[in-house]
Amino acid sequence: MNVTLDGETVVKLQPVFGYLHRNHEKIAEGNSWLAAVPYTDRLDYICPLTNNWAYTLAVETLAGLEVPERAEYIRIITAELTRLQNHVAFMGFILADMGAWGSALMYAFREREKILDLFEALTGARMMCNYMRFGGCRCDLPSGWLESAGQLVEGFPAFLDEMEALLTGNEILLARLQGVAPLTPERAINGGLSGPILRAAGVDYDIRKVDNYGLYSRFKFRVPRGRVGDCYDRFMIRVLEARESVEILKQALVGIPDGPVVNPKAKQRGFRPPAGEAYGRIEGPKGELGFYLISDGSDRPYRFRVRPPSLINLTLLEELCLGTKIADVMVILGSIDIVLGEVDR
Amino acid sequence: MNFPGIGLLKGFVVTARNFLGSYVEKDRLTTRQYPEERPKLPENSRSFPFLVFDGEDPEAGMRCVACKICEKECPPQCIYIIQDRDAAGKPLKRPRIFDIDISVCMSCQICVEVCPFESIRMDTDYELSSFDRFGSLVLDKSKLLKSNAYYHGIHPTEASETDARIEADRKKKEAAAAAKAEAARKATAEKAAKAAHPPEETK
Repeated sequence: MNVTLDGETVVKLQPVFGYLHRNHEKIAEGNSWLAAVPYTDRLDYICPLTNNWAYTLAVETLAGLEVPERAEYIRIITAELTRLQNHVAFMGFILADMGAWGSALMYAFREREKILDLFEALTGARMMCNYMRFGGCRCDLPSGWLESAGQLVEGFPAFLDEMEALLTGNEILLARLQGVAPLTPERAINGGLSGPILRAAGVDYDIRKVDNYGLYSRFKFRVPRGRVGDCYDRFMIRVLEARESVEILKQALVGIPDGPVVNPKAKQRGFRPPAGEAYGRIEGPKGELGFYLISDGSDRPYRFRVRPPSLINLTLLEELCLGTKIADVMVILGSIDIVLGEVDR
Repeated sequence: MNFPGIGLLKGFVVTARNFLGSYVEKDRLTTRQYPEERPKLPENSRSFPFLVFDGEDPEAGMRCVACKICEKECPPQCIYIIQDRDAAGKPLKRPRIFDIDISVCMSCQICVEVCPFESIRMDTDYELSSFDRFGSLVLDKSKLLKSNAYYHGIHPTEASETDARIEADRKKKEAAAAAKAEAARKATAEKAAKAAHPPEETK
């Protein structure tokens, strides 16, 4: 980004992006419906499984496909694990942005690695999972997977406690985060923000509650909200959301039913949804991730459009940074939690 | 309000616990000494595709019939297939050239899912670095073909399921062929019987 300074105070800021542009939307329009799934992994490469889900949800809306119950449970489990690992990585990254390169990031990545091991055992890859399919998931859980996931979920609150002991009371962290770049709820809504940054500003808006996609209506969880909307609220909201994700996971791991994991009516190869358009959105770890698809009835999408939370949350960066000191800019950018793979696509 | 510095001290306790704990707890010492100590990969793990052949001879036991479905479905289009032909120019059910450019391949496994002949599967070998850009990263048929025993070695569950499916298919086909032969035999026998003793009504 280009930052214009007056002494140490920011007077103008221009984000410059596009260096990671990979033509995702046009590639998807040139390929079959199925072939777009592995490309969605590469949007927000920290959380591939939620990207898979958003795209398959849009296609299922378009084609009116039912998803078996077990597949819905697996989707919720993988999506909440993705949220956990995203928020844990965020805690490490924001510390690294503040100059605390080392302990926090290493502890966070140690825990994240365990979740990635679960993903590898289930999908075959740590990050480029390519797991969800139209009307379900690609394969069933391997034997012993639920037990190891249960163990991880059991141990996770202890790790979050450790992270909080390390970070939330830390005077340096408080001095760097509290009162920095507060955001009013009105401005957050008008800016089109979504996800943790919107809830940190005090707006009660979680698509898991609003849309009730998947089977989220069956699960009991709270939506944490911030009061001030400053960087500290944005940091804490991730810690609290991680705790809520642990609650959802506990319920899902107990309640998962038996059954098929993919709708047998759904054809993966040579899939042709009826002509029409659909918008599927989910509450990704970073915000509202939506896919807008237009089908002309052929074997490839006519129009494929991604609504990336990272890009739209980034649009308020200049406003948040104006009048702050140069040292705060990195912290504010870190607190928005962007992934450039999704910003540029 | 806390006494200033308490939060910092709490943090130091955590780092100290992690530092000292790394001497006793395996969970806190996560570094793997890679080339000496290799991780045990989960069974579902995947790297790049390979071709399965049955029996001993790669060419004779090749399952691939050059239907080119994987070539068509591959998202980054990294598969290149030319069908084999016999001396008379008649197409044969096997590929003459089967190349996979693993510098382009993104390990998505879609070729495996769409293959109707259980012929292409995912390898788990990840040590494939090379000094040139093209030579050793474009895998040809000789490098891609690996035996069914090797497949059983890396993905035991999946390989057994595949073998069971192939066996069931073969039995079904055999049964169908036997039924057909039986029907044909019956038909010829009936014809012969009809010829020997023409039924009354036809007169």
